[in-house]
Amino acid sequence: MARKDRMSGNEAVSYAIRQINPDVMPAFPITPSTEIPQMVSTYIANGEMDTEFIPVESEHSSMSATIGAQAAGARSLTATSSAGLALMWEELLLAASNRMPLALALVNRTLSGPININCDHSDGMGARDTGWIQIYSENNQEAYDNFVQAYPIAEHADVHLPIMICQDGFITSHAVENIELLEDDVVKDFVGEYEPEEYLLNPGKPIAVGPYSVTNYAMEAKKNQEIALENAKEVILEVAKKFEKISGRSYGLFEEYKTEDADYIMLIIGSAAGTAKQTVDDLREQGKKVGVIKLRVFRPFPAKELAEALKNCKAVAIMDRCESYNGNGGPLGSEVTAGLFRNKVMIEAVNYIYGLAGRDFTVEDAYEIFADLEDMVVNGKEVEQYQYIRLRK
Amino acid sequence: MRTDVHKINEQTPHQELTEGLMMFAGGTSKYFKTGEWRTNTPVFHADLCKQCLLCAPVCPDSSIPVKESKRLDFDYDHCKGCGICAKVCPFGAIEMKEGR
Amino acid sequence: MANYSLKEMMNKPERLAPGHRMCAGCGATIGVRAVLRALHEGDQAVIGNATGCMEVSSFMYPYTAWEDSYIHNAFENAGATLSGVETAYRALKKRGKLPENVNYKFITFGGDGGTYDIGFQSLSGAMERGHDMVYVCYDNGAYMNTGIQRSSATPMYADTTTTPVGKQSNGKMQNRKDLASIIADHDVPYVAQTTFTNDFKDLHTKAEKAIYTEGACFLNIMTPCPRGWRYETSEIMKICKLAVETCYWPLYEVDHGKWTLSYEPKKKLPIEDFLKEQGRFKHLFKPGNEDLIAQFQAEVDRRWEDLQFKCSRS
Repeated sequence: MARKDRMSGNEAVSYAIRQINPDVMPAFPITPSTEIPQMVSTYIANGEMDTEFIPVESEHSSMSATIGAQAAGARSLTATSSAGLALMWEELLLAASNRMPLALALVNRTLSGPININCDHSDGMGARDTGWIQIYSENNQEAYDNFVQAYPIAEHADVHLPIMICQDGFITSHAVENIELLEDDVVKDFVGEYEPEEYLLNPGKPIAVGPYSVTNYAMEAKKNQEIALENAKEVILEVAKKFEKISGRSYGLFEEYKTEDADYIMLIIGSAAGTAKQTVDDLREQGKKVGVIKLRVFRPFPAKELAEALKNCKAVAIMDRCESYNGNGGPLGSEVTAGLFRNKVMIEAVNYIYGLAGRDFTVEDAYEIFADLEDMVVNGKEVEQYQYIRLRK
Repeated sequence: MRTDVHKINEQTPHQELTEGLMMFAGGTSKYFKTGEWRTNTPVFHADLCKQCLLCAPVCPDSSIPVKESKRLDFDYDHCKGCGICAKVCPFGAIEMKEGR
Repeated sequence: MANYSLKEMMNKPERLAPGHRMCAGCGATIGVRAVLRALHEGDQAVIGNATGCMEVSSFMYPYTAWEDSYIHNAFENAGATLSGVETAYRALKKRGKLPENVNYKFITFGGDGGTYDIGFQSLSGAMERGHDMVYVCYDNGAYMNTGIQRSSATPMYADTTTTPVGKQSNGKMQNRKDLASIIADHDVPYVAQTTFTNDFKDLHTKAEKAIYTEGACFLNIMTPCPRGWRYETSEIMKICKLAVETCYWPLYEVDHGKWTLSYEPKKKLPIEDFLKEQGRFKHLFKPGNEDLIAQFQAEVDRRWEDLQFKCSRS
């Protein structure tokens, strides 16, 4: 039977890790993910789980050791935020190219500089092209549910790729909310045993990992990796279906909230989706046809599915909690507009940058955005196609 | 899933390469013939050899096979002709000749 | 270990297959072969490797020279990567996921670039945490894989491609870092410095001790590079001998804190004997550069005396 509790996002993920009881966890503390290795260490100290914890000397080493452990045949994971993820960057690429189905609990925090400990998505987005599966969570419940689904996705024979389960720093990681937890044995059964076919510690069956490759092999290897990431889309949906059976909670590549007849849609990632949904509820009461799409799976990017979901609306506000310094918008803005174009969905699409380094994003901000979209479509108002929300001018 | 190295070459389509370019096998380099690099060649004079085996550990290319404490002739498929063995032989049993 | 016999050792099955792409006459491969020979037959091993000559040459897809399981991850993290592998071994053993009777050993190889410099933090972390592994540095005193750039292991006055000798330069300005002693100061159970001797007894004995001593152990092996040091490929054993006889590269070990000289030359040779064999020191023998050699000698003497003092105290 499911159990109701109150927990922060970090507690929820740590609870899932305890239930999964992976073989090895190397980690190095960094705000706001520090609590995860602390809580796991405490579970271990109290005999509530028996994962081997490695207190490494840096995040580069935590990902390096996680790769080593996973290649050795152990189910492995780590946790980090911000600069920690940036320091791992080289290793993120190797985890993916070496096809290691390991997991990372990412608690999103802005990247320096200036140094700041609060939430935005610049860490996760900065790693968007490293070959990882990236799943973002709106709240503690989703952080927990997504983490429980992580290994069945990553370890699937058609995938074999690392997976990053993301939640918003402080907003989700430290805020205590109600949560419904699964029983330990239910999680254990759902995740199953890790049984790799080939691994370093297989006596008499040596393997070699991490070759030098000449050009004639490297391009083919990269294509194979790309195919695996594409395969992940179907697997994520299959795993979500199975998860619904044990939890009653359903997940897709993204969540559509009141979009069926919506003329104006806000496309958003993470905790701010709650604000967007509240706004939609308010505006619906005023008779506005508005809706929200909350993107759950950023990698593999569901371009076709998003284009399909957006094709009947008049305008979309693409919300980026990240600047990508390309002079043309944020990462989500770039990817969504490219996806719309490729799928020949020609709607208005405005890219808003919001919430950088913990800047508030409120229902009032969202009202204005929806009003902007409507004004643009109905009255032909010129709207800046790439703009900042709540920037002091 | 053990890998057959002979089925992988620079024309192999991507679907047939190993996952993550891992090799599910050990010691496959022996099928790559570095002997072709040689510009000088050691010649083994078995009659002069006292089987002291000082030559065997100094070979960077594991090209002096030893069986039952006796060295055999060179593995010319892999010997790169560096000449270290000839220098360490106290009995003149290894002679370096120009060419392959 | 007590009765070392080269002949018996050479009967062991080769754990580094030929066909790798290391240069003709490469010292690093001789060192790797010698370390792997110290593994007891029947014991399994996982070999780690930092990016470098050894890595790009020994596992060039689809050709792996390693008969044992092997993992290369990146340049600066051989210590951390093998920490993960070793921890996985303990985790899987504890959970009954590995056969009881199987014994694994963990050895990682890095050049001086991957060990002294870019991988120093990862190495220090792995040593401090005490993973049951051996880190082997094959020290050829420069970044050879990228084309002979100076490292912190490069001796003073060496001509390298980033410390080139010129009108205003006599090569590298600094003395080499003494890594074996730095790792010994981590208070790990076993650290040794070695190179190739005729019968390889010194290297073999130290490798075997390092592999079969529980905890984090470190071996520093001088493995000359004919290309970088500029000597004829066939001369490697002479170079090694001179390095030891001049006390440029003393053979010693630190076993649970006890410093011991493994060999003391009867008559210490002048450093010129070692330097003059190598093209990278050619400029030191030009008239007017005698003081540079004198300085080099003074540093060798200072370090040798320091080492003798540490050994006498133990």
